[in-house]
Amino acid sequence: MRRVVVTGTGIACPLGLGTENVWKRLINGESGINAIQSFDVKDLPAKIAGQIPQGTKAEGKLDISEWVPVKDQKKMDRFIQFAMVAATEAVEDSGWVPETEEDRCATGVMIGSGIGGLETIYEASVQLHEGKARRLSPFFIPSALINLASGHVSIKYGFKGPNHSVVTACATGVHAIGDAARLIMLGDADVMVAGGAESAVNPLGIAGFCASRALSTGYNDTPAKASRPWDKDRDGFVMGEGAGVVVLEEYEHAKKRGAKIYAEIGGYGLSGDAYHITAPAEGHDGAFRAMKAALKNGGVTPDQIQYVNAHGTSTPLGDDLELEAVERFFGEAARGLAMSSTKSATGHLLGAAGAIEAIFSALAVRDNVAPPTLNLDSPSRDSVIDRVAHSAQQRRIDVALSNSFGFGGTNASIIFKRAA
Amino acid sequence: MSDIAERVKKIVVDHLGVEESKVTAEASFIDDLGADSLDTVELVMAFEEAFSVEIPEDAAEKISTVKDAIEYIEKQKAA
Repeated sequence: MRRVVVTGTGIACPLGLGTENVWKRLINGESGINAIQSFDVKDLPAKIAGQIPQGTKAEGKLDISEWVPVKDQKKMDRFIQFAMVAATEAVEDSGWVPETEEDRCATGVMIGSGIGGLETIYEASVQLHEGKARRLSPFFIPSALINLASGHVSIKYGFKGPNHSVVTACATGVHAIGDAARLIMLGDADVMVAGGAESAVNPLGIAGFCASRALSTGYNDTPAKASRPWDKDRDGFVMGEGAGVVVLEEYEHAKKRGAKIYAEIGGYGLSGDAYHITAPAEGHDGAFRAMKAALKNGGVTPDQIQYVNAHGTSTPLGDDLELEAVERFFGEAARGLAMSSTKSATGHLLGAAGAIEAIFSALAVRDNVAPPTLNLDSPSRDSVIDRVAHSAQQRRIDVALSNSFGFGGTNASIIFKRAA
Repeated sequence: MSDIAERVKKIVVDHLGVEESKVTAEASFIDDLGADSLDTVELVMAFEEAFSVEIPEDAAEKISTVKDAIEYIEKQKAA
């Protein structure tokens, strides 16, 4: 099987724009979670979110007109706009510019989303309700469709290879990157632009996740304290927005053009719970099997992995079940393992979460740094695993694993290792 | 230039993101101003909204230049 490496990364998330800027803030222990200002939250139990800071590109913040021409903005729901930002960053970072038709046809895109154009659908529904069916924008459907993130990126750059998309709720980002890597391994493409994007910080998104009792509601006055994976006082996840995109490339292809290499894909595994629409199975059996499949796929043994980026959403049930599954799977190797949840700083970016966390895992390998779990003041239970409470840790990380699990009982794990 | 012509040109500039100087009377939305078929649908909707007129589908299909739009709206308003 052909080897696949990461040669470009792009992030737009509550910690800001730009991989290096976001990574620095993450390592510094900063939080991107604050009060929702963009709409009225009076009737909503959850009043906080991880929102992309608004400002200029130079400040590491978002002014969408610097990325997407005004006339194209109305053709894209915000999740697509976020995807365009992260994809532009990633493609430019990789330096990959296909000059020939053959190269363009060997370059594909696979960007997914958990929910897609929720706000666009909401607004169109209101128009319809008001009897304005004839006033619906001709861009309503293409603006809301999930695969249009991949479509727009391909149109912008002329990437004519596989154009695909993933929809697996909060596992979307990992599935997109893992499946895209497989397309390269199998020879369907040489380069893939892959990741996830989400924009659900809007009235319908917040109200919907409140209705499924998934969001934190007890920290509205202290937003930075709200996302607290494994802490005994956690009370739900904090919604985040944004996108993460990587450029994946066949190893020889990357070497031949002298590309910068972040890390190599060292394994990928998937599983299903076949248990419940929102709750993880007992002992998080699905997580256990996803990790097992990823290690088997990559020919990696548990003792080789030094860092796990957990799904760790800060929900009462999920966090400890994942911890239990990781302990059980790693066995003796759990001692000395570092595992953190970067959602403590970014919130939960749903379909984009696995993508930004994959990038964080690749950077953990590149820099030998485990990013921290914020707000882990009193763990709800002890563990031999170091959950990197409060502060980042410099430690040797040759191989890292990232977990993502989604509603419906879908699980994915991906491994990054130093390319040698 | 009529008030209608001025407003039509402004709508075209805003919706297609083109420079005002390019929006001449003869300019074709698709051939000269970079619009695609969905852009023209949206443009016609914007005219309907701005001038409180109804532009039926068959009439909309015949509006391909700035001048076509101005003349159609002027005729509707005069009627």
